[in-house]
Amino acid sequence: MTGERLRIVRAREWARPERPARREVLSAVPQLEQGRPPLLFVPGFGHGAWAFAEHWLEHAASRGFPAYALSLRGHGGSEPAPAATLRSYTHDVTQVAASLPRRAVLVGHGAGARVVAHALARYPARAAVLVAPVLGDWGTLGAALRRNPGGTLPAVFGGGLRLSRRQLFSRELPDGEARRYVARLGRAGRRAQWQLLTGREPEPAVGRPPVLVLGSPDDRVVPAAALTRAARRYASAPLLFPGMGHDLMLDARWREPIDAILDWLEKDPAPATG
Amino acid sequence: MSSSTDLGRPDPGTTTLALTRDGRPVSDRGDTVCVIGAGASGLAAVKNLAEHGFGVDCYERETGVGGAWNWRHDRSPVYASTHLISSRPFTQFPDFPMPDDWPDYPHHSQLLSYFERYADHFDLRRHIWFGTEVVRVEPVEGDRWDVTTRSTGGYGPERTSRYAAVVVANGHNWSPKLPRYEGLEGFRGEVMHASSYKDPAQLRGKRVLVVGAGNTGCDIAVEAAQQASRCWHSTRRGYWYAPKYVLGRPADQVNDTLLALRVPLRVRQWLYHWTLRLTVGDLTRFGLPKPDHRVYETHPIANSQLVYYVGHGEITPVPELARFHDRSVELTDGREIDPELVIFATGYLPRFEFLEAKVLGDDEGVGRPRLWLNEFTAGHPTLAVVGLVQPDSGIFTISHWQSVLFARLLRLRAGRPDRAAAFDRKVAAGIGERYSGAVKDSTRHWFEVRHADYLRALQRALDELEAK
Repeated sequence: MTGERLRIVRAREWARPERPARREVLSAVPQLEQGRPPLLFVPGFGHGAWAFAEHWLEHAASRGFPAYALSLRGHGGSEPAPAATLRSYTHDVTQVAASLPRRAVLVGHGAGARVVAHALARYPARAAVLVAPVLGDWGTLGAALRRNPGGTLPAVFGGGLRLSRRQLFSRELPDGEARRYVARLGRAGRRAQWQLLTGREPEPAVGRPPVLVLGSPDDRVVPAAALTRAARRYASAPLLFPGMGHDLMLDARWREPIDAILDWLEKDPAPATG
Repeated sequence: MSSSTDLGRPDPGTTTLALTRDGRPVSDRGDTVCVIGAGASGLAAVKNLAEHGFGVDCYERETGVGGAWNWRHDRSPVYASTHLISSRPFTQFPDFPMPDDWPDYPHHSQLLSYFERYADHFDLRRHIWFGTEVVRVEPVEGDRWDVTTRSTGGYGPERTSRYAAVVVANGHNWSPKLPRYEGLEGFRGEVMHASSYKDPAQLRGKRVLVVGAGNTGCDIAVEAAQQASRCWHSTRRGYWYAPKYVLGRPADQVNDTLLALRVPLRVRQWLYHWTLRLTVGDLTRFGLPKPDHRVYETHPIANSQLVYYVGHGEITPVPELARFHDRSVELTDGREIDPELVIFATGYLPRFEFLEAKVLGDDEGVGRPRLWLNEFTAGHPTLAVVGLVQPDSGIFTISHWQSVLFARLLRLRAGRPDRAAAFDRKVAAGIGERYSGAVKDSTRHWFEVRHADYLRALQRALDELEAK
């Protein structure tokens, strides 16, 4: 975007390229090619591509959008990577995005939105969607500590972050399903977890992608104020889905947010001004 | 994002407003920008201009993208075994990474598939006119350009279209530079330039003389060592032959580790010499001449195998050629050798037949454009040359940022003409600036730049342009 500094010299990154990793990519593509941009879903920490394969991938494909979801290294069916950093995750996203046949729309959920924000500085996405974004700051940590001290405190000292069923889902989601999802959660790399708090701010996005922010005012991981802040960063207001938990793609009313995203994309949002 | 080409192809029947100097109609393409060439640099320019909202028409004389890296093109210098000499992170476009499971130094066919994917991923082909060559590019009033094209090979009528700006990305590694030697015409053996060398079968069983110690010359000498019955390698002076790997990592990545740590040049040169002493050793022992310069003072040669084959006696190093006889070649040390095939790996010269030499500041017509940042020429603010660099690293990163800078400059011309005028003054003042330190003065080093110095200069230019 105009006025923001593009970074050309990246000697450190060139000198120490990220190690390749085997990545899981799940997909659902429409039977007829309709010329729509592919969507790449990026799960948040602890989640894998499976979280989108439950409902959103097929639904997007049924509406004509080729849909892909990746598991960041160390998550889901991807290669284990305990030493992964935010940079490793960003690398995974840009690698998969560049491998798609056309310029992709990046959709990041939770801390995956932070990874997407970093990836936008390295890959000119067609558009970006940040779903219940955990962009990371001390305020988010404070809220998490208040709501789920037992699950959050170990993460501060390098342990795994354990999110509770009540944080992730609304009461509408049947108990059995919620339990099944929570049992599938893994954990992110320790360094990546710390970098959510201490890491660098994302650089300006290249390619002027339009950005949509959505979430729930009843999300017990991302406070409503954080949603507004995230949307403001991209000069918009958040799209809200009251009554839903943090995991909008798995919650009982999963269809509403994905339909909103696809409606927005169908309107062919213009690139950011500048 | 807007696209001009959706609005229609340049059609003399549409918006003919003016005539060329020789009275032919000109179709006006409005704010569209013309890009010449769909090789790596042209593709980057098309993508970045389109991304900044410009309409783009790109003319490509061949029928596919990839330019020099498309081995099907008759001007492509690549041969069957060509691999990159800069490793992946230095070679790829900064916003379109190569797959990380590719080798450190990909093969030329992988590079072509990379460009084809780049073109498809960003939907660039709809901007490109394949099989169309540019005949003339002439400046007209209002800093605009009349671009005359025709089908490759001269078929069909010529067409002239008027553009708001032009990006010249026609490459500089396709027009062979051939040295002159006494008696060369009477030589009865086979003589070719490296541009015609495609396959090791051309060498099989022959007595081969390879002339030139560039990366191509060294590569061909290594192939001749394996295929030919005899191989002589003639070099004018001694060079530093850097291995492709140091400490098990691509040598350029190790070098940039030092750059990232901001180690001064003198110390880096000392470390480099020391590393070469450990890995390659004293080359004069093999009969190779001692380098008359320090590393970083000529274009780097990355070849791990040359010294190995010299050590096996499969390559015989010889000095410069003195003259040709009908069946033999006389060397400057008085020796005579009898090659059946002579390959001149003596490089290329840039050519811009479609532009008057003066437009690129080449007032004496020696073929060397005089530019600022190797990109901008004085007095023509809507013209940019992209990819006319010989870096000690990959070119595509540079082409990408050059085209981003030009796209932002064009946007600034519309919104803030005062700032754009200041940039033009900077161009005029900086013509001829070098980014290479002290290098040997030869055509080979006309466009030599150190990637870190050059990219920093681009960063400064971009920062100044973008400053509030």
